[in-house]
Formats: sequence, C-alpha cells, structure tokens
Amino acid sequence: MAHSGPMTDWRKAKLPVFAFLAPATIIYTLFMIYPLIDSIRLSFYSTPSGGEMAFVGFDNYRTILGDPDWSATFWNSFWNNMKFFAVHMLVQNPIGIALAGILSLPQLRFRNTYRTMMIMPTMLSVVLVGFIWQLILSPVWGVGVDILDIFGLKSLFGPWLGKEGSALITLSFISVWQWVGIPLMLIYAALLAIPDDLVDAAIVDGATHFEVFLHIKLPLVLPTIAMVSILTFVGNFNAFDLIYAVKGALAGPNFSTDIMGTLFYRTFFGYQLQLGDPSLGATVASLMFLIILAGVLFYLFAVQRRLARYQL
Amino acid sequence: MSNKVFAKGLAAALAASVALVPLMASAGELVIESWRNDDIDIWNDQIIPAFNKEYPEIKVTFSPTPPTDYNALINAKFAGGTAGDLITCRPFDASLELYKQGNLAPLDDIKGMDNFSDVAKSAWQTDDGSATFCLPMASVIHGFIYNKEAFEAAGVEVPKTREEFYAALDKIKEEGSYIPMAMGTADQWEAATMGFQNIGPNYWKGEEGRKALIDGNQKFTDKPYIDTFTELASWSNYLPDGYEAISYPDAQNLFSLGRAAVYPAGSWDISLFNSQAEFEFGAFPPPPAAGSDTCYISDHTDIALGLNAKSPNAAEAKIFLEWMTGSEFASLYSNALPGFFSLSNHKVEISDPVANEFVSWRQKCESTIRNSYQILSRGTPNLENELWNISAQVINGTVTPEEAGQATEAGLAKWYAPHQ
Repeated sequence: MAHSGPMTDWRKAKLPVFAFLAPATIIYTLFMIYPLIDSIRLSFYSTPSGGEMAFVGFDNYRTILGDPDWSATFWNSFWNNMKFFAVHMLVQNPIGIALAGILSLPQLRFRNTYRTMMIMPTMLSVVLVGFIWQLILSPVWGVGVDILDIFGLKSLFGPWLGKEGSALITLSFISVWQWVGIPLMLIYAALLAIPDDLVDAAIVDGATHFEVFLHIKLPLVLPTIAMVSILTFVGNFNAFDLIYAVKGALAGPNFSTDIMGTLFYRTFFGYQLQLGDPSLGATVASLMFLIILAGVLFYLFAVQRRLARYQL
Repeated sequence: MSNKVFAKGLAAALAASVALVPLMASAGELVIESWRNDDIDIWNDQIIPAFNKEYPEIKVTFSPTPPTDYNALINAKFAGGTAGDLITCRPFDASLELYKQGNLAPLDDIKGMDNFSDVAKSAWQTDDGSATFCLPMASVIHGFIYNKEAFEAAGVEVPKTREEFYAALDKIKEEGSYIPMAMGTADQWEAATMGFQNIGPNYWKGEEGRKALIDGNQKFTDKPYIDTFTELASWSNYLPDGYEAISYPDAQNLFSLGRAAVYPAGSWDISLFNSQAEFEFGAFPPPPAAGSDTCYISDHTDIALGLNAKSPNAAEAKIFLEWMTGSEFASLYSNALPGFFSLSNHKVEISDPVANEFVSWRQKCESTIRNSYQILSRGTPNLENELWNISAQVINGTVTPEEAGQATEAGLAKWYAPHQ
C-alpha cells in the first residue's frame, strides 16, 4: 500500500496509539488523579465526633488559614519548607553542577569510582540515612566531634540536631548529602551530550577549562538545570520522611523542623493523644498541592518559555 | 491409578482445602490486634497456651502492628471491616472515639469486671462512667532507676526527700565518674512523660490536682505547676553534654552501659535494663519535699483489651475476656512483662526485684495518672503534645517556668470551657 501523506498515517496509527497509551492512562488515573481529586473533595467535608460526614464548604480552609493557632503552624511549616528548599537550591544544585563539571573533564581518572560513590547515598533508605547521621552528630557516641578535633575545631561542635536555631539547617544538609547524586547525574548526562568540537574549538582559541565550563557548557545545560530546580522544588515541598525519621511528627525542638509534610501527617493520622482528622488533613494536603502547582506553573510560564535552547 | 486420575484427585483435594481454609479460620478463631509487637513471644509461648489449657477448642492468634502505625491502622481496619476480634485499647479518647463510632462493644456484663477498681476502669469508660468498653490490662509506673555501683562510688544513699535527691546528684556530679542523670530532650516526650508527669504529682497532690485541672479549679499558671517546671528546669545541670540532641535510646544506652547514675524511668524500661545492664540497679519513687507526709506516684493506666462490636466470634471472645479477669492471667502478664502491672485486684507475686519495688509504692504512696490524658487532650492544641514541647523547652532553657505555665494554660483555655 502506498503512503498517501501524514494524515492517513495518523488515522491508521490512531488505534495502536490509544491501545499503547491506555494502560498507563488507566493506572495513572486510578492511582494518581482519582485519589488527588478525592482528597480535594474530602477537604470540603467534616466529621464531627461519632457523627456522619457533612459538607462544610471552605470551613476547613478557613480554620487552617484563619484560626490563629492553625495558621501560625501552617505558615511556620511553609517557611521551614522554603528554608529547606533554599538550602537545596544554594548548596545541593551548585555542588551537583560543579561535581558534574569536574567529572566531565576528559583527563580525569577514576571517574567511574567517583560517580558511583556520589550516587551511593541516593540509594540508601531515608530512615537509615537519618539514623547514621544522628549517630555521627550525636554528642555522646558521634564521630563528628572527633573529626572536628583533628582539625582543632572541637569547640565548634554542638548538639546541632537538638537546637532550635540549627536543627532544620542540619537536616537540610543531611538531605543534600543524600540527594546530591540526582542533579549530578542529570547534569552530567547533559554535559556528555555536548559535542567535543565545541569544547575543542574553545580550547584551541585559548580558553581555560573553567572558561569553557562557564561560557560554553553552562549555557548549554541551562534547560537541564532548570528542570533539576523544579524537581528539587516538588521533592522538597513533598518532603516528610527524613524529618519524621529523625525528629518524629512533632518536629521539635518547638516545631523548628516542622514542614508541611509532617504537619499533614500529624493532622491526618493524629499523633499520640491527638486524634487524626482526615478532612483537616486533606485540607493541608490540598494546600500543599496548590502551593506546588503554583510553583510549577510559575516555572512553566516564567522560566521554561524564556530558556534559550541550542541545537547541538 | 493413572496419572490423570491422580492429578484430578490432587486438584480436587487442593480445591477443597483452599475452600475450607477460610471456613476453618473463622470457626472460633480469635485474632488479637495489638501495638505491642515486642510481646509476640510472650503471648504465643505463655499466655495463649495457658488459656488453651482451659479452653482447647478456641484458637487465638496474636497479630501485632508497630506502635506508631497502630492508631491509624486500626481505624482503617474498622472502616474496612477487617479488624480482628479483640482490640488492644489505648487509654482514654482514642478508644472512646472507637466506642462512640460503634466499633467497640460495651463490656459491663463480663463476669469478673468487678475485679477492677474504678480508677483502673476510668481510662476505658464513657465520661459519665456509665459504660466500660475495654478490659483493663496493665499500668506503668514512673520513678527513678539508679545504678547501685554509682551510688556507692559517690557515697550516696537512696534519697527519700527532694533535698536528699539533689544533694545526691550534686555529689555524683562532683565525684565525676558518672553522668548524674541520663535523659535527653531530642524526642521531647521523655521530658514530659518521665520528667513533668514523674515529679509533678508530688506538687499537685496526685488525683486531687488532676481533678482540679479538669474542673477548672486549678490552672497551669498555679504554683504546683510552676514549681514542677522549675524543678524540671534544674535538671539541665545534671544531664549529659549536648542533651538537646540525645534521644530516648541514647539515654537508655547511657544508663545500661553504666555511664549514668540515675535514669528517670517508666517501669517498662526494666526488661531492657535486665537484658543489657551488667551492674545491679534499683529504683526509688519521685522523692517528695522534706516534711511532706504523703508521696504521690504516676501509676498510669496504659493498656486494655476491647471487643470488636462486629466480631463474628463474640461468644468466644467474651470467654477469653472473662479468663483475663482471673488471677492466673494477672500473674502471668505481670511476670512475663516486668514493668507492666496488672490492674486487677488480685494479689500478684512479682519475681523481678525491681518491678516488685515499683509496685510496692502502691502501698505507701497515692496513685494518680498522667494529668493530660483524661478529657484535657481532646482539643487543639492538644495538651499532651503541648506538654512534650514545653517540658523539653523548659529543660533546654529556651522558656522560663513561668512562660511555660502561661503557654500551657493559654493552649488549654483556647478550647476547654472550664479554663476560659
């Protein structure tokens, strides 16, 4: 049969396209979209003690954003989340980019060993990571204080995970340590895709490796860095496990490590004597979703569209 | 027999057995839901066999889940209709809510229910006391566990008064080979549970103060509570360096490795120390002020067993519950788990010396339960969670005792009418 143009091809291809898309669509709808919508629906209901679930409109949102206690807790967890995100953006991603830049240098030896070592923590369980770092930083058993002692910095050591001022930053650094492999891997892959001709030409023109990185490689991988940033944003605003594993759902001391994930857990499932409230919990979850959605939309419209992409 | 016939027969037998398994499982088999996954061996090796000696036809399975997941899981199981027949009950509101939702059956007609005192039953009754929905199993008692060698090294006696207690701690600190007190504030709950609720009853006179808080006749800004916070704040002098980042297991290890002299305890810690500590240890109750004639202890109702209202095996389950009211269960349970004390009125011989010391305080001191548990943790902010946070901050020195009292009272007054 002769080809008669793209239109006929598309019509012919339609059935297989739908057939191939169907499983993913069905599973995604069933396990992602439906629960999301149902959770938003749940946030408009309330269940009085021992009573039936009743529609209450925006009452739950009014409680969380309007009630002084709830809104203080909610905004505290929101700002903590912003700090958590800021540390990742300022520390994790620059380190990831720098390490990827170094790894992609042609004359580097043992490249695969370094790469494996840097990716390793990503594969550890978060509970394990929390436990290891709690031990390292422990004022009684930890090796942290001994290591500082070697450099004569013993006096700088403190119970960092237990102080209001330092607990969140310390946890952010632990998370950075664990996840730095992801931006490293993505940016490394993008750097490898840059044709050698470009780099060679620049070197012949007298550029140093650092100049090549700054003026040639970095602009070319900028779209990847933007993608890494949005992944970091979504990941950080959904974060929960590390804080829960190290500090519990009360996220102490004095809620200084409370992020929206732990607030959601406390509200939805309850904690110790506090009974869970599924509809208030769903409200927190919906607010988290809205914040993440706003961030992603901002990225799509304000950042993504302005990124210059170069045909390599 | 040809292969074909053999295969058919085998298939039929398999099908029959598969079909029969669920039937067999539901015929009088009781499933116990519990958060005590540490206790599975004790149930399987001691308690269930003892029950089966009397009632061999009733099969019992102990099916625990991790403590932190239990509340969420049991609610989900009730909602989905898959909860077991017997449900381990947390004290007060969590179980009361299950009863109100119709998930737990009333148990007032169980024979032997009168073997339990009113205080023992209070944690699993409606607010007016008209219905009891779980059978009280055990309480835990607070006090201090001490390292006998450390006390000898520093030349101090077991303290009888508060003054002696802090004099002893000072002496141990001066002597220097032991950390005076092993506790941290990283997990926050120890500060409230083993700190505030441990030493507090001596200030607020046990039940008298607890009831006065519920009535609204006392406030957290009153002297007994400020004094408790003040004593708690003084603990920071005796805790290990960097106690702000020391967790509950860290503190347990510090004590069981023999590095600390005193450990603010819940009686449940006994079995861990029995298995890990290589030195002799003893216990003393929270010392009252010199000259006071009564001492008070926190003898906290902690665990009970209820009946799933929709259980298909309610008759068998009631037989099991009735057996649990007897002296055999009381003695088995208290001895199998040193530090969990049966709440029944039966006289129980406890073989563990330290556990025996703990339970002996019931004779000379007045018992009370943790003051945040009944009614007062129903609203938001939740009093128990507030106390965790605030007690930890008092010890950390980030709030003063007065501020702590004001913050706690403000939280309670926000939703609890008698305090408004």
